[in-house]
Amino acid sequence: MIWTVVLVASLCCYLLKYIGLAAPPAILERPAVRRAVELVPAALLAALVVVQAFTDGSALVLDARAAGLGAAFLALLLRAPFLLVLLVAGGTAALVNGLA
Amino acid sequence: MPARAARRRGLTALDRPGGAAEDWRRRTVRDSLSVGLAVGLYGAAFGAAATSAGLSVLQTCALSLLMFTGASQFALVGVLGAGGAPVAAVASAVLLGARNTLYGLRLAAPLDVRGFRRAVAAHAVIDETTAMALAAPTTAALRLAYAVTGLSLFLGWNLSTLAGALGSGLLGDSAQVALDAVVPAAFLALLWPRLRHSGTDRVVAAGGALIALVLTPVVAPGLQVMLAAAAVGLAFVGSRR
Repeated sequence: MIWTVVLVASLCCYLLKYIGLAAPPAILERPAVRRAVELVPAALLAALVVVQAFTDGSALVLDARAAGLGAAFLALLLRAPFLLVLLVAGGTAALVNGLA
Repeated sequence: MPARAARRRGLTALDRPGGAAEDWRRRTVRDSLSVGLAVGLYGAAFGAAATSAGLSVLQTCALSLLMFTGASQFALVGVLGAGGAPVAAVASAVLLGARNTLYGLRLAAPLDVRGFRRAVAAHAVIDETTAMALAAPTTAALRLAYAVTGLSLFLGWNLSTLAGALGSGLLGDSAQVALDAVVPAAFLALLWPRLRHSGTDRVVAAGGALIALVLTPVVAPGLQVMLAAAAVGLAFVGSRR
């Protein structure tokens, strides 16, 4: 059963990627559509940030991940490179978890 | 004096033949490779999460190879681990994967790939490659960033998934917590260039985050992220004022 889920979901996800690349570019000719497409990733990435940091299933939670995210925010303000941002986030969360 | 003025404006690199072009090429490759390396931490987090949700090592690795879109993979194993229905697991992965269609629409014109090349390139239409490609200054840089990021991500993601799946039993509590915190930090870092350069993006991002938080207790896991796309409407409200 798990294999079916893995394979069906993988195929669907690949087709979703492919459809975007294969769609007629004329779809983007209307300025409003183009603007929306350019902005959608900002909304979705921000949603992913808070969902991965502050939720557990259907519950809102505040744990070590929040401290890690705060540290990542500071690191980004200081223009740290991507890898350092992740190390700072992970290290801070582990530290906070150890103290708690 | 003109030379000093030029230097002050940072124009000296342009004086050398190919200087500026070499510069962005090197920077593009370096940044793209580092995203691939960094995602290793995130991939290890996935490998550990999937095996502790009850997937075999082979199933975990198959997901990273075949699905290759992190948020969908986390959602799928999250639903399975929580004892959710198979249909719900597929649906949550598909809902999150739908944003890749939007990325593909955006990338289709600048990438301009057909046939077999399109079929291969499509597999890499994900958050990280889109963010790196769209941050590039020219179309040539965009294609280079897309290719290098895509390849280094695919390698880094799959190798680290395997490592995480094999090593999850060995991880202590602190390492597990650290890996959990890496995931949102990675998404924030991907979002960051947009936040820095565009006020509209900041408004839309704040709206998306708020919608997702408010809806989390109410809707099925995964759905709140898709519905956050409605925050794009904020940009149009603002522009009509």
